[in-house]
Amino acid sequence: MTAMFEGYTGAAGPAFDEMFADEGLRTPYAQLSASLVDMTEPELRSRVDALATAYLDQGVTFDIGGEERAFPLDILPRVIEMESWSRIEKGVQQRVKVLEMFLEDVYDAGRVFEDGVIPRSVVTTSSHYHRAAAGLTPPNGVRIQVSGIDLVRDNAGEFRVLEDNVRVPSGVSYVMTNRRAISSALPETFAQHRIRPVASYPQRLLSALRAAAPAGVTDPTVVVLTPGVYNGAYFEHALLARTMGVELVEGRDLVCRRGRVMMRTTKGLEQVHVIYRRVDDEFLDPVQFRADSLLGCPGLINAARAGNVTLANAVGNGVADDKLVYTYMPDLIRYYIGEEPVLRNVDTWRCGEPDHREEVMDRLDELVLKPVDGSGGKGIVIGPRASAAELDELRGKVLEDPRAWIAQPVVQLSTVPTYVGGKMAPRHVDLRPFAVNDGQRVWVLPGGLTRVALAEGELIVNSSRGGGSKDTWVLAGPGGGRGQRQSQRQVEITGGTTPSAGPVAEPVAVLVEQEQQQQQQADAAAPSPSSTTEGVAPC
Amino acid sequence: MLSRIAESMFWIGRYVERAEDTARILDVQTQLMLEDPTVDEAAACRTLLSIMGVPYDDDTDMTRQTILELLAYDANAPGSIAAALGAARESARRARETLSEPLWEAVNTTWRALPSGRFRTLRPPAVFGWVRDRAALVNGTAEATMTRDEGYQFLVLGRSIERADMTARLVATAALTSSSAASAWTSTLRACGAYEAFLRTYRGLETDRGAAEFLLLDRLFPRSIVHSISRAEQCLDNLESGGARAGFGNDAQRLLGRTRADLEYRSLSDVVANLPAEMERLQYTCAAATDAVTRRYFAGSEATEWHGGAL
Repeated sequence: MTAMFEGYTGAAGPAFDEMFADEGLRTPYAQLSASLVDMTEPELRSRVDALATAYLDQGVTFDIGGEERAFPLDILPRVIEMESWSRIEKGVQQRVKVLEMFLEDVYDAGRVFEDGVIPRSVVTTSSHYHRAAAGLTPPNGVRIQVSGIDLVRDNAGEFRVLEDNVRVPSGVSYVMTNRRAISSALPETFAQHRIRPVASYPQRLLSALRAAAPAGVTDPTVVVLTPGVYNGAYFEHALLARTMGVELVEGRDLVCRRGRVMMRTTKGLEQVHVIYRRVDDEFLDPVQFRADSLLGCPGLINAARAGNVTLANAVGNGVADDKLVYTYMPDLIRYYIGEEPVLRNVDTWRCGEPDHREEVMDRLDELVLKPVDGSGGKGIVIGPRASAAELDELRGKVLEDPRAWIAQPVVQLSTVPTYVGGKMAPRHVDLRPFAVNDGQRVWVLPGGLTRVALAEGELIVNSSRGGGSKDTWVLAGPGGGRGQRQSQRQVEITGGTTPSAGPVAEPVAVLVEQEQQQQQQADAAAPSPSSTTEGVAPC
Repeated sequence: MLSRIAESMFWIGRYVERAEDTARILDVQTQLMLEDPTVDEAAACRTLLSIMGVPYDDDTDMTRQTILELLAYDANAPGSIAAALGAARESARRARETLSEPLWEAVNTTWRALPSGRFRTLRPPAVFGWVRDRAALVNGTAEATMTRDEGYQFLVLGRSIERADMTARLVATAALTSSSAASAWTSTLRACGAYEAFLRTYRGLETDRGAAEFLLLDRLFPRSIVHSISRAEQCLDNLESGGARAGFGNDAQRLLGRTRADLEYRSLSDVVANLPAEMERLQYTCAAATDAVTRRYFAGSEATEWHGGAL
């Protein structure tokens, strides 16, 4: 194994390598390196092969355009020591807490607008702002049962927030399957570390979902709603349903009757109380949103409004993880809880503001420009890689509609050694920790999904570009007993539950070509690792 | 259980059984064609295809190779083993959260041999043996790892109905070829793994009539038609929680029960007098029973049984 690292110097350029510093190994990796020292290359290779086969046999896959592929998993884990992790954990908890307060405010009093922290137009012009969600008060005040906060590590080694995902973040299934696969591929190494376990996620999620049940329901029927087998994250939906022991339903399995949601079973219709939906807002209820959607169930929103069913995550959460709202997050944290952000944002300029715009215009060739409404990485322009003509065109676009653009410096994502072509090579990574909010506490899964850009120098961490993943080991550290660990690191949440009467929702009729429907739905409803281009700062 | 999932379970049972039985039938037939030089190969192939319910073009040059393509290797031919294994895997994928993990893996790894090309490189009779092994693995894993809940009942129901149907086809092929080849019944018994059991039961007296009786009516042999139908009836009984005092409220139960009684209470001579026609009737029953099961359990909203709660 030591031979594997011969000549390994980290990435060319200023990127932070997580295993090697200039003076040698970094502390968290000392044990990992020591336990692998005797491994020969053929030995390692055979374990790598076994890993690949295991995922194919188990069907640990994701879909790209209807084609199933095994999710690539690198053999070398990423190690995060206790101190760094507890900062991440606190930062994620802080953010989720504030995002909950912001959503509560946006769909109710709008205090944050009155107080001039963020312009109302930022929210009302967001395509994810749904009037249908106004006044739809969640039973236990929680709108973000599950969140995935995307982090990158900059060239100083600091974890920074790149994006918040509070709609239907995906990838947690790979955290669990990666752990199982790596612990069987490297059992000796695994045993020598004290790694915080990830297996309790489904139980945490289930209890958060049960806690969100409509008032008076003591033993709720919980289901997972999937767009179907052709969705990129279907594997994950099935795994979550299986490990929680609940039904995995598709829209056609559901029917609304007199304000209640029922599922079709072999014994007739059975009432459903909590839906962990993995279908995007737009496709959830044809009565309220896209009239042509076959993925949801007509009447779902009215049933939720009547208080007979809880949708998790809540409808309309998209206004909180918008790219423009992201830029206000530090202010929102100060405003709502009077704290400084534990995790900093990546520096961002809003082109809608004259002084910001001026600076962006001057430095167009060194920044990354992102359209606020862009999805799937579309429209992103990387300054240093763009031609003069492209920059001119960009300048025109930004000046024409400055509000639609934000700019960020090029972030050199950190690298971790990755097994490529018979040896270890530096590859860029990001990290998506997952948090579950049950109304009492925000629990952060110790680990999260590390995504790897498998192509050399590639900074966009994306499965459709040959991206892979790594098992992420959070070390328990000396003295951290298994029992006390989890309860220590939780934060009280004071979610507001003030009920309010909402306006009557307007049905939104969107006409779409029938033949395009399936594909569009598949695109929009596939927040899989394959469609997270915008999740990572290019370059 | 969700209607859609119940339907998937039912079809996993059917498709796996279909793949296995198709392999068994092909095993007998290709062996007979090989052994007996007097057999008109093209005619025998056409007979086999029509018994399997596979439409064919009259102009096609019929050889053993054509049959193997249509019934074994070609994943695009609806009657093939490859297609059945693919369909079983697709159903399993849709019901994945209800399958035990080892069961899912057994189905998935079986299917993985198809796109990888390994399946095609297996020549007969190796491929038939492989299919039998894989089916045994899937069935055995289901037996060992599934709770006897509704999902299991639907899986076994599908398997049993398919087995009754396919044994009927096996018996029909034996009846058709028995005039020309004396060993047809022996081969059929062998293909069912029933030869030794048959010899023990009938004390070595090998007759066509005895063999037919064994495959049709033996209550103890798991691949006989009567045994398969009884098993299907049992599953339906387990699925009906009510416990009716008189008669059967379930169409599928009525159809299967009547057919089994008909087989058991008529004289054997009567049944074997026109075996191919009798077997075709049996296949119709299996199809009708499938329709009845679909209407009752898989339509969901159409089910009339209610367990409390207003709509």
